[in-house]
Amino acid sequence: MKQVVILSGKGGTGKTTLAVSLIKLAKNKMFADCDVDAPNVKLIFEDFEIIEEKPYYGLKKAFKYDDICIDCGRCEELCRFNAIRDGVVNINHCEGCGVCERFCPVTDDKGRKAIRMEDDASGTTRIEKLNNEIFSNANLKIGNGASGKLVTEVRKNMYKLKTDEELAIIDGSPGIGCPVIASLTGIQYCLLVAEPSVSGIHDMIRIFQTSKNFNTKCFIVINKYDNNLEKTTEIEEIAKEKGIEIIGRIPFDKKVVESTNKGVPIVDMPDTMASIEINKIWKILAKRMDLVNQ
Amino acid sequence: MKISVLSGKGGTGKTFLSVNLAQVAKDSVYIDCDVEEPNGNLFLKVPNPKIDMVDVLVPVVDQDKCNGCKECVEFCQFNALAYVGGELKIFNELCHSCGGCTLLCPQKALKEVERNIGKVESGFSNEIKVKSGELNIGEATGVPIIEKLLEDMDSHKNNIVDCPPGSSCQVMESIKGSDYCLLVIEPTKFGIHNINLVYQLVKLFDIPYGAVINKDMGDSKVAEEFCKKNNINLLDKIPYNEEIGKLNSNGYIVAKENEEFRKIFENILGKIQEEVQQ
Repeated sequence: MKQVVILSGKGGTGKTTLAVSLIKLAKNKMFADCDVDAPNVKLIFEDFEIIEEKPYYGLKKAFKYDDICIDCGRCEELCRFNAIRDGVVNINHCEGCGVCERFCPVTDDKGRKAIRMEDDASGTTRIEKLNNEIFSNANLKIGNGASGKLVTEVRKNMYKLKTDEELAIIDGSPGIGCPVIASLTGIQYCLLVAEPSVSGIHDMIRIFQTSKNFNTKCFIVINKYDNNLEKTTEIEEIAKEKGIEIIGRIPFDKKVVESTNKGVPIVDMPDTMASIEINKIWKILAKRMDLVNQ
Repeated sequence: MKISVLSGKGGTGKTFLSVNLAQVAKDSVYIDCDVEEPNGNLFLKVPNPKIDMVDVLVPVVDQDKCNGCKECVEFCQFNALAYVGGELKIFNELCHSCGGCTLLCPQKALKEVERNIGKVESGFSNEIKVKSGELNIGEATGVPIIEKLLEDMDSHKNNIVDCPPGSSCQVMESIKGSDYCLLVIEPTKFGIHNINLVYQLVKLFDIPYGAVINKDMGDSKVAEEFCKKNNINLLDKIPYNEEIGKLNSNGYIVAKENEEFRKIFENILGKIQEEVQQ
């Protein structure tokens, strides 16, 4: 199984737009939406049938029992995450380290502490299926942290039912932190979607540096390249200097917004400029990844 | 006053709105909390910024004192400690700096040292005070940097907080204590889906909020209906405009370059200030 993740550093450069089109074009594949903070792939693949939906339990969270608590303030003093203030636990700040429970000095007659680590769902995971194709996704409960662990779970779920596909396509999240690191770990190929702007270039360099820690082979796709040709040239120069191949330049195309709003990948509108370019990109990517059954 | 600018989805124009609002506001402070990919200072350039390192605490072990009881290994929820080959090993990248291992070690073989994860840069871009955080490449969480960025905020000034994308704890951390939350909506199916997540987050706080539709191509009906249905005050629609796009992609602040564009942001800021004062 070969895996490719689509990343960009900066948000809104067109990761999902490109991902859903590649998913549509590829055969013999499975796919996952690892942007658990703002998952959008499902808005395009609505007709998949949910075959497993489960609450996701990350690390346990602190729960305080006021009937046992003597208000000594020890937990509040030791918590490094400001998750306990004026004797009240703010579960969204709790990182699940367990320091409060460990150092809580009081117990009731059954030996239970006044503050205890207990299960708390931090999101929901879903495995969906259509015509033998697997689609794994999840959403993080609003305000929660630790989405890296949830990303790892989404990737694991993708392989839960079958693993004989040739390809796995993973839509990643913006940024360079925990969720992105979790989506890059152990992945052979990465498609960087770059936008020709000062922000797009700055962020592309940071995500490329992040990917280097994982020995992932990167390719660049410049999206809306004709919105700023000077910045496109700048991306090309940086790519050359860093030895990254640019495998496509997608023109700005108003039809992309139209297709998104219709809930279809742009490649379903075959005569559009963006669709023609994405078809080319897919052919090059399949070749570079040595995919044979495409 | 503290105005937080957020969107859920990336690339909707949070930084665009934030730097331009900072440009038109008097006595303004721009704070970039998108520490994974900070872009604000590409627009609000700060000559010779002051740099403050942001460090977290991680344990180090005195191998002579460690007797291999492994209590710390069993306690650590993040698998940052392991006892291999007769020696305690510490994996800094996995450590969440909770301090538990050091506190509980029966041999007192662990102590904490500082480890750098990023920095806060501050200074002035003309009259605008600029503070931006930057997480080091390869680090997992920028929350300590966001905390540092938001400490000792001067509430008499107009603080504009450029939030990270998403709806996670980092966003929550960024909007805490805000006087107003500005939701930037991209009028697409994706944009509306994601703004809804952020809207659910904002509702948890008792903070007034309103929205701006960005890159309006004359087809923002669904976004407008979303605002109406949820009783979200729609402050303005910023049209999709090639010149705005060009200026912005080249790192210019459009409110500074063009009088007509400046009025857009003055209008939005005026409406926000009015609502906060009520």
